Amino acid sequence: MTTLFKFHGGVHPPTHKAESTRTPIAQMPLPKKLVIPFHQHVGNIAKPQVRAGDHVLKGQIIGLPEDGISSAVHASTSGTITEIGMQVVAHASGLPDLCATLVPDGKDEWIAHSGIDFRVATHADVRQMLRLAGVVGLGGAVFPSDLKLRPGTHKIDTLILNGAECEPYITCDDMLMRERADEIIRGAEIMRWVLGADTILVGIEDNKPEAIAAMQVAAQTSSDNIQVIAVPTLYPGGGAKQLIRVLTGIEVAAGVRSTEKGVQCFNVATAQSIYRAVQFGEPLVSRIVTVTGNVSDAQNLEVLIGTPVSDVVAYAGVLPDTDSYIMGGPMMGLPLPAASVSIVKAANCIIASSPKLFPPAPPAMPCIRCTRCAEVCPAELQPQDLYWFAKAREFGKAQEFSLFDCIECGACSYVCPSHIPLVQYYRFAKSEIWARESEKNASDAARERFEFREHRIEREKREKAEKLAAKEQAALAAKQEAAKISAAPTETPASAPIDEKQAKIQAAIEHAKQQAAAIKPKNTEQLTPQQMAEIADIEARRARIHELAKSEAEPPRE
Amino acid sequence: MLNALLVMSGIAVLLGAVLGYAAIKFRVEGNPLVDKIDAILPQTQCGQCGYPGCKPYATALAADEADINRCPPGGEEGIRKLAELLNKEFIPFGGDTNAPKPKSVALIDENTCIGCTLCIQACPVDAIVGAAKQMHTVVTGECTGCELCVAPCPVDCISMIVIQEKITNWKWKYPIYALTPAQ
Amino acid sequence: MSAFFSPFISKPDSVSAIMLKVILALIPGIALYVWYFGPAILVSITLASLTALATEAAMLKLRKRPIAPFLKDNSALLTAWLLALSIPPLAPWWLIVVGTAFCIAIAKHLYGGFGNNPFNPAMVGYAVLIVSFPVQMTHWITPQGMGAELGFGQQWQYIFSGMLPDGLTLDAVTMATPLDTLKTQLHLALPANEILTQPIFGHLAGHGSEMIALGFLIGGLYLLAARIISWHLPVAFLGTLFLIAGIFHMVDPTHYVAPVFHWFSGAAMLGAFFILTDPITSPTTRKGKLIFAAGAGLLTYLIRVYGAFPDGIAFATLLMNICVPLIDAYTQPKVFGKKEKQS
Repeated sequence: MTTLFKFHGGVHPPTHKAESTRTPIAQMPLPKKLVIPFHQHVGNIAKPQVRAGDHVLKGQIIGLPEDGISSAVHASTSGTITEIGMQVVAHASGLPDLCATLVPDGKDEWIAHSGIDFRVATHADVRQMLRLAGVVGLGGAVFPSDLKLRPGTHKIDTLILNGAECEPYITCDDMLMRERADEIIRGAEIMRWVLGADTILVGIEDNKPEAIAAMQVAAQTSSDNIQVIAVPTLYPGGGAKQLIRVLTGIEVAAGVRSTEKGVQCFNVATAQSIYRAVQFGEPLVSRIVTVTGNVSDAQNLEVLIGTPVSDVVAYAGVLPDTDSYIMGGPMMGLPLPAASVSIVKAANCIIASSPKLFPPAPPAMPCIRCTRCAEVCPAELQPQDLYWFAKAREFGKAQEFSLFDCIECGACSYVCPSHIPLVQYYRFAKSEIWARESEKNASDAARERFEFREHRIEREKREKAEKLAAKEQAALAAKQEAAKISAAPTETPASAPIDEKQAKIQAAIEHAKQQAAAIKPKNTEQLTPQQMAEIADIEARRARIHELAKSEAEPPRE
Repeated sequence: MLNALLVMSGIAVLLGAVLGYAAIKFRVEGNPLVDKIDAILPQTQCGQCGYPGCKPYATALAADEADINRCPPGGEEGIRKLAELLNKEFIPFGGDTNAPKPKSVALIDENTCIGCTLCIQACPVDAIVGAAKQMHTVVTGECTGCELCVAPCPVDCISMIVIQEKITNWKWKYPIYALTPAQ
Repeated sequence: MSAFFSPFISKPDSVSAIMLKVILALIPGIALYVWYFGPAILVSITLASLTALATEAAMLKLRKRPIAPFLKDNSALLTAWLLALSIPPLAPWWLIVVGTAFCIAIAKHLYGGFGNNPFNPAMVGYAVLIVSFPVQMTHWITPQGMGAELGFGQQWQYIFSGMLPDGLTLDAVTMATPLDTLKTQLHLALPANEILTQPIFGHLAGHGSEMIALGFLIGGLYLLAARIISWHLPVAFLGTLFLIAGIFHMVDPTHYVAPVFHWFSGAAMLGAFFILTDPITSPTTRKGKLIFAAGAGLLTYLIRVYGAFPDGIAFATLLMNICVPLIDAYTQPKVFGKKEKQS
């Protein structure tokens, strides 16, 4: 038995896991329509490979990974792509993103696929296979798995499988471990092989005895050194950093890769999909989703990626007073902008919410510095100070107080007696800091380009002047020469070519005007008085600048 | 009496020596004010301040020849930062400066463009590419939204497009802080 | 559906429940107060409560803040009760009214209201009263059975009209606190152990008052058990007080009384569990709490032994309140993963 470590803080919210673990995982029937977002992973959006009207097979790549951090996206069933366009997706912003709409043909016909023997293949081949199979972290972070299997500068001692599932309501990993423990262990063997890790530790919270038992049985079939360890039930014990701490005692600070400390951590469901991808060549086209909350038949469903949430909750018998849906758990989940959004790779759980189930928080009172938040913070931050800085928009101070070490687990908000939406303040501050950073980079780049341009113009001017001087000198010499000869010079009109040039420009303008009249440029006619005023203003400004620039260019007379 | 005087002057000499040493030891090298101001300015190089670029405005600010509220692209936040750096009172936009507008980028209507290169010459950050009599286009990523290319265009084919909020540039909003339940 | 974001659940707890629990924890001490000194204290608590609520409402209205949620947070009530327990119950009615109004209006609302006041409001009120009305602030009731006893009606009459029953003088019904008496008599060069044999010093530190302190200790233990307050503050405060009093007592027992006397006299227990533990005016870090309370313990002892005032809790608290931002800034704990330079 390994000794377990503790992490600071943590809370014990009511788990509500029993509701959805009564029945085995069921297969969700084929929906009428699938909406598959091209951006379901951390990193760059996948590049569409299909067009509206194309017929696709199940498992066919419809989006290829684009540069560095990215992953592939697949058709979840066979059918016809009817549209590639912007649709509302499961994102906190409620904004649309690029999606493919797929109408199934009902045959659910697989594309030809086959697995490889990972012990024979090169590690790079295994990783490429995972990248093209669209395997990403299924615990909710959706980081491309192939990148987590890349060799680093440090030797990996321990591979951790995260089956803690600490969030209330969610049971998809629990059910997966109960029913498909063997596949998880096989997947872990592949990861251990590629990473070259010595041991595999499987951390499961002790409120899932069935899953622990199933995993222990499966672990015995492996020749690898696998230990299945029950960890204390304590939210957020399933956070990667927290689980690594509990199992190994190693603390991985924010901004540090766990691999630098010799540890790599994967979710159990990711392990299972890695196994399916490598052994059978099956891409990630479905996942287990816990459907719970305000539904009559809370359960776990195997759902095709792209299935509308409304279909999934309808299957589980959503109750009439449901007013919104949460993707993920009640501590860190995401309120869905609409029931029409589709299940994505990150969707481990859908909770139907009603005002009765999740009553709105009472109005926020001032912070009384009671430090209950600091007592539960797993990152050992001082949430009350961070709140103060975020509220006052003192972002520099917030960063100084380690704002970016916050994992947004929500434990602080959960215990706050003043009901302050603390995590919201941290999210606001973080995204504001990111925006500022990118603005700063943009303005630095603009400055650089501006200065380079100034420099170039200066250089061009100098070169021109030098050329002119040389020419003048040559002309002078020629003149002197000519004067000496005193021959009558033949006049050639020097202005002729210029006139010709002007005429050409005029002709082009005329031509463009005719064209413009034909296609009616949108920005010149029917201007509002305000727009006209703006244009006049810009021109005035330009004139002023020209003047200023001119006056500056002329050396001051003394 | 004499003792007291001696003690006091002794302390004065000692403290003076400490201060003098600190002044030499912890001297802040260079970092002229102009660069600090320039770092705050948004580098649109749009000239809306009345100076031909951000650096000239920064120079004028450093010489205390200009007001701090003359940079619309910097927004109120920019004024606040300048006020803090220059130790001045915050003053809102007003007078002959424009009000800040939403951030936009220039877009060339490629059907209308005649390839005159006037906009290329006007662009302060070289964000427009094209050659004479060839269609021009704006490198959106480099465009600062200064609008200086709009006026020179002889065929009015450049329009300013307000940058729309997308998932990639979306920001979390400031939390609603209600003391009473929403009505 | 505004502001519907994670976490969607929260622990059933509220500021007003926390404040209410602190108020309830005062009740054992108050019950013993009534038992030993008569019901006058209940009059001052009621007066203070009414004044606090009225001032709070008026200030909120002036500052254009919602009134109901802040009146319901119980913080004004707690301030009122703490102030009432700090001043003599037989003091004229206007004393507690003026003091409470000052607490709420000046020490709390002028600093930004609930959650923003840097100084403990009740202690600001106490400090203002003891500086402005030193005479009235020393007329403590003689414990029941130790002098002339006043009935409830007589106490009531005295508080509101200043009239005593015929034949009784103020000196007959009031006295200085044991701490004050001790200080005066030590100045007269009497040895400490002899002074403490007088009946007003009771078993530990003062007849009646030591029992009230015990009541506050019990209430404080409840707050600790209910996790309303953290152990750092009371332990560091009482520990420091005990340690420093112990050292002085060991070196010179004729001039310095035993540490237990300091624990159970004056407002030591009230301070340790109810005043220093005000979260708004105390540090947020664990180390900071220890430093803060230890500093308060040290200052309390020094003021008690060398200062001009009979008790030192209020001034010690206020002085340490000033240091809170500094203490917090210098005691920031290391965050997860950044505790040591791992090789």
